[in-house]
Amino acid sequence: MPDLDLEVDRVSKRYGAHLAVDDLSLAVGRGSFFSILGPSGCGKTTLLRLIAGFLEPDSGDVRIGGRSMRSVLPNRRPVNMVFQHLALFPMMSVGENVGYGLARRGAAHALIRERVATMLKRVGLPGAEAKRIDQLSGGQKQRVAIARSLVLEPTLLLLDEPLGALDLKLREHMKIELKQLQADFGTTFVYITHDQSEALVLSDHVAVMSAGRFEQVGTPQELYYQPRTPFVAGFVGANNRLRGNAARVDGQFVEFESAQGLPLRARPSGPIAAGAAVEAFVRPEVVLLARDAPELAPMQRFVGSVESLLFDGANSAVLLREERTGTEFRVALPQTGQFADLREGEKVAFGFDPQRVVCFEVTRT
Amino acid sequence: MTAAVSTDLAAPRTRLALFLLFAPALVWLLGLIVLPHVELAVLSLRARVAPRIHEFSFANYRTFIDEPLYWHTFVRTATISIIATACTLLIAFPTAWYIVKIARGRAKSLLLVLCLIPFWVSETVRTLGWMILLRESGVMPHFLVMLGVTAQPVEMLYHDATILVGLVYTSLLFMVVPLANALESLDDALIEAAYDLGGNAWSILRQIVIPHAAPGIAAGSIVVFMLTLGNYLTPTLLGGKNSLWFTEQIYTQFITRFNWEQGAAFGFLLLMLSTAIVWLGLTLTGQRFGDVMRRA
Repeated sequence: MPDLDLEVDRVSKRYGAHLAVDDLSLAVGRGSFFSILGPSGCGKTTLLRLIAGFLEPDSGDVRIGGRSMRSVLPNRRPVNMVFQHLALFPMMSVGENVGYGLARRGAAHALIRERVATMLKRVGLPGAEAKRIDQLSGGQKQRVAIARSLVLEPTLLLLDEPLGALDLKLREHMKIELKQLQADFGTTFVYITHDQSEALVLSDHVAVMSAGRFEQVGTPQELYYQPRTPFVAGFVGANNRLRGNAARVDGQFVEFESAQGLPLRARPSGPIAAGAAVEAFVRPEVVLLARDAPELAPMQRFVGSVESLLFDGANSAVLLREERTGTEFRVALPQTGQFADLREGEKVAFGFDPQRVVCFEVTRT
Repeated sequence: MTAAVSTDLAAPRTRLALFLLFAPALVWLLGLIVLPHVELAVLSLRARVAPRIHEFSFANYRTFIDEPLYWHTFVRTATISIIATACTLLIAFPTAWYIVKIARGRAKSLLLVLCLIPFWVSETVRTLGWMILLRESGVMPHFLVMLGVTAQPVEMLYHDATILVGLVYTSLLFMVVPLANALESLDDALIEAAYDLGGNAWSILRQIVIPHAAPGIAAGSIVVFMLTLGNYLTPTLLGGKNSLWFTEQIYTQFITRFNWEQGAAFGFLLLMLSTAIVWLGLTLTGQRFGDVMRRA
């Protein structure tokens, strides 16, 4: 398969009794931006280090550009890595940092100088060769770190949460910059992060990882709208989680009563038997608000009182407590400003389309 | 206004308190370091022309130049000290690296304590320990005969190599500690990044590790060099009568010959030598004394 830059074939890595990466396979197409998203301790860093060559897998194989990387050392792999804290060399100038890899390959001085200048221009830092690392801002350091790797024209660039150390404002900015850089260079990026917004914004494909395995691999849209496991539904985007036992299953919907006693209907993900334990997820933006309940027909309708208002500009939400059962719902406020005058303690009607409520059968352990 | 007056009053009081706090250190510096050196400088620059009559003269320094034994000892002391410092660095670097980067948890502190343990015993006892091991009737020569390496027990004391071994052994801790400090602050990710970008062990050591550890290397080397140059016990005991160590010459002038003027001149020459070599070392490696001492 010529257009796969990275293939991970049934790789496992064990630390003592802990299985950090569990029989995991993955394929990344040429020129794509692939993210591995998971909570800390899910094994994503181990996976990245296996690809970079800092660790050897216990079983399975990593192929880069179609070539097996078994017992190929990190300095011989066509892979470069951008480290979490960037790991720029403070004892060298910006130019020496970017030229380090070329110098190690034994390139001629003139060629190095020319390639470094071109690369710095491409990342928006023309003429910065003589600067010291500590003279750069956080965003500039980021660009130097990427330039230092990309100047070697690797088949694959690995990024280990490089935005983690930046403050929020800069992180938002660097997200856009990173995506533009990737589109510009066309290099395959494999990006690991625990920040779902980074993964969703940047990636062509995202793998959601948990306990050494992939829960789901898909486009950001697929992960968001068609989560295949409760973990993905809970981890990607905000969600209201409701548990219960399926009472009735017809062709289209599952009817169940939540643990708090709320009757609900939801779209099942996969076949669900009547009587099975289920878990349903209602996204905050799926819930609609109304001052008068009939406005919401023919949806499932409830009445709740406002517990608290969570104002966050366009991402504002309210916490509602359902009147009869006390179930708490997080509901996104419409951006039209329609409910801007909502007050704590006020009673409102709310409802949602069962088609947009996804439910899973849970295997109780 | 009252507030302003009270702060005015407080200022000299603060200064007085500061002065009192520094007083012991100042007395110590002045009384035990500056004054004796001034006295030595004066002593070294006079010659006895008749009993109890002295006059200003460079005679003591001229003796040093005219008498080959003296400057020969001088150069020899400097050379062996530099070699000892280099050997200490070569042994201490992997040791410090292992302690900081490879050993984990309890092993780490245990190893540092192991480096420290020999210092719980006085230097004399430690040096005598080496003598028991190395003298003709001692442990090592006996062991070599047992293994059949030598037919007769050989005298392993009173060689230059023996002096070197003793000096390195005495200095090791003073090199390991600043090196360990310097290496501790080296982020492992830098090494991995260099490796990832195509570096190999040697180039990473040369371009990443040594530049980072340079202030630690310089600090350790300065301390070890000074200690070695001014060491009296180790060269005298392990090198015997022929050790030809410069501190021994100073001792002889002061104590045996009772020629304080000559001894003072020798002392000053040794001070100049160590200053010159430290300055040269720092200049050659492009470092500044203040930076080195701050990092150490």
